Amino acid sequence: MVDLLSTTYAEHDVNHAWAATHVRRSNPGARIDVKEVSHRFSLKGAALPVLDAVDFSVAPGEFVALLGPSGCGKSTLLRLIAGLDSPTQGALYSNGVEIDGPNPARVVVFQDPTLFPWRTVRGNVNVGPEAQGQKRTQAARVEAILQLVGLTDFADAYPHQLSGGMAQRVALARALVNDPEILVLDEPFGKLDSLTRIRMQAELVRLWQRAQFSVLLVTHDVEEALILANRVLVFSERPARIIAEVRNDAPYPRHRDDPKLVALRREVLAQLGIDS
Amino acid sequence: MSTDLHIRSLASLPDSTSVPPTPGLWRRVLAEKSTNTLRPKHRGSVAIWLATLAWLLGAALTAFWPDADEWPHSDVLIGIQLAVALVCALLGVVAVSRSQADAGDEVGLDAPARVTRWIALGPWFIALAIGIAFWEIATAKLEWLPRPFFAPPQALIGVYLEDFPRLSSSVVHSLGLLAYGYVLGAATGFVVGVGIGWSRAVGYWLHPVLRLIGPLPATAWLPLAFFFFPSSFSASVFLIALATAFPVAVLTWSGVASVDSAYYDIARTLGAKPAFLIFKVAIPAALPLVFVGLFMGLGVSFSVLIVAEMMGVKAGLGWYLQWAQGWAAYSNMYAALLVMALMCSGLITLLFRFRDRLLVWQKGTLKW
Repeated sequence: MVDLLSTTYAEHDVNHAWAATHVRRSNPGARIDVKEVSHRFSLKGAALPVLDAVDFSVAPGEFVALLGPSGCGKSTLLRLIAGLDSPTQGALYSNGVEIDGPNPARVVVFQDPTLFPWRTVRGNVNVGPEAQGQKRTQAARVEAILQLVGLTDFADAYPHQLSGGMAQRVALARALVNDPEILVLDEPFGKLDSLTRIRMQAELVRLWQRAQFSVLLVTHDVEEALILANRVLVFSERPARIIAEVRNDAPYPRHRDDPKLVALRREVLAQLGIDS
Repeated sequence: MSTDLHIRSLASLPDSTSVPPTPGLWRRVLAEKSTNTLRPKHRGSVAIWLATLAWLLGAALTAFWPDADEWPHSDVLIGIQLAVALVCALLGVVAVSRSQADAGDEVGLDAPARVTRWIALGPWFIALAIGIAFWEIATAKLEWLPRPFFAPPQALIGVYLEDFPRLSSSVVHSLGLLAYGYVLGAATGFVVGVGIGWSRAVGYWLHPVLRLIGPLPATAWLPLAFFFFPSSFSASVFLIALATAFPVAVLTWSGVASVDSAYYDIARTLGAKPAFLIFKVAIPAALPLVFVGLFMGLGVSFSVLIVAEMMGVKAGLGWYLQWAQGWAAYSNMYAALLVMALMCSGLITLLFRFRDRLLVWQKGTLKW
């Protein structure tokens, strides 16, 4: 398995390096400040608290993972950061400016790729530039991004012709083409098979290291959080509060069987109340 | 089958030296596989030769069995039957040469797919030959079906030959009227549907109106429409438009209303403004349902068209039917009905072609 991955990546590297030089970023990563944010849904008249005084920051270029049980409210937090909803209490800031609506500098990749089925792969990657009225100027960048995620040969395919992993790559490309300052990922690999997931995780780390954007990753997979992130914020059950913060300075690429990671994993699981 | 393809394509993805299969290729491979297993080659060529024989026998029957009463234009019918027999024979030659080539594992006559489809219609050719022969026997030969009310095939041919100018101008009139009414109605229904589906304010005002007026059969407006409008033509355009607009509006509305909100979220985070959300997200996502509405609207518009032409318009196929009935010209009625069937079926085929072109991204759509 390791052999297979390394040889394919050797081939891929050439393309990757070429494409990466064409996808050079102009902005540094965003700084995100979440200040005492609480959020409630009203369900049949009763208030349902989902976030309880959540307070943290993401430094420019940092990779932060939000780890917690399913349904604890992490995804709600992402929607607030993306600007799709506004919080009941507290405020969120991007580079010191309060977030009051969606912005292509803060792109979200959801668990389902949610590609537009009536657009080809290229058309889907083009949504951002088109919506911002920059289709002409960004044409070369779109091709470079397709190359970067290895989908040039499928540029004219429709979403229903793609496998799950390929669709998720398209979703990633659609986000990256906007030159985001922060990439907001909501369990982006949750529905992929384990081999594809490992490959996509490695690819994400490479992209992040080259492009230097900030990343905020929501996951319920302890291992994924530890392999990918500089810092892991552990959330409680709903209403979500931050119950622990784990810093991980191990160099990349990281390996699953590294004893340090295994120790960290045990620590995080203990925080979540699970003995392993 | 498709999961196999996915795995193969994923494995070959990062490897730039091997050429990954293009989607077009997959489809061709799939198509070839299915036709290879499904195409009954020998049965196909047998059927098409049987069809040749059936049409030849039909021609002989028309020619040599004397009519109960003499019918003109029998010679044209014989000519047509012989011509179809010849076409079947040609298809039979292609079919035989192809099955021989397949058996010998060599490249045979590389006939286009259209010819293959025609060969597959062999059983239908046989059924048609038998049907026409029975029709001929029941009317012209034995007169089981009494004479003024039922017409043999040659009588229809006579109508097409002798009354061609009137019949063709009727078709042109009907098509013109239908086009005006349908396009107007479809456009109105589409705009109303998008409006109700998208905007709360538009929905507030138009939804009750749609609920009250929509279910009313358009033909119920007929007496009023002919009274209010300056000409019977404009009245009919109004009625057809009304009948078409209702299903188009309801289905467009339901299409726009049922768009997955995740599409809007994604588009908004990518910087989309409301115009983009309507024209590039809501409408494309709703199109499959819009086409169901257009299809239903087309069906209703046919019936309103014919009724309007029977009631007031002095041209068109509906009027032609009415006129033929007045003169007890039953052959003309059958001829007009056949033309009408072909016209309506042709228009629906056209609509489906248009849909297939526009919705290539959709899989598993109904083939008309």
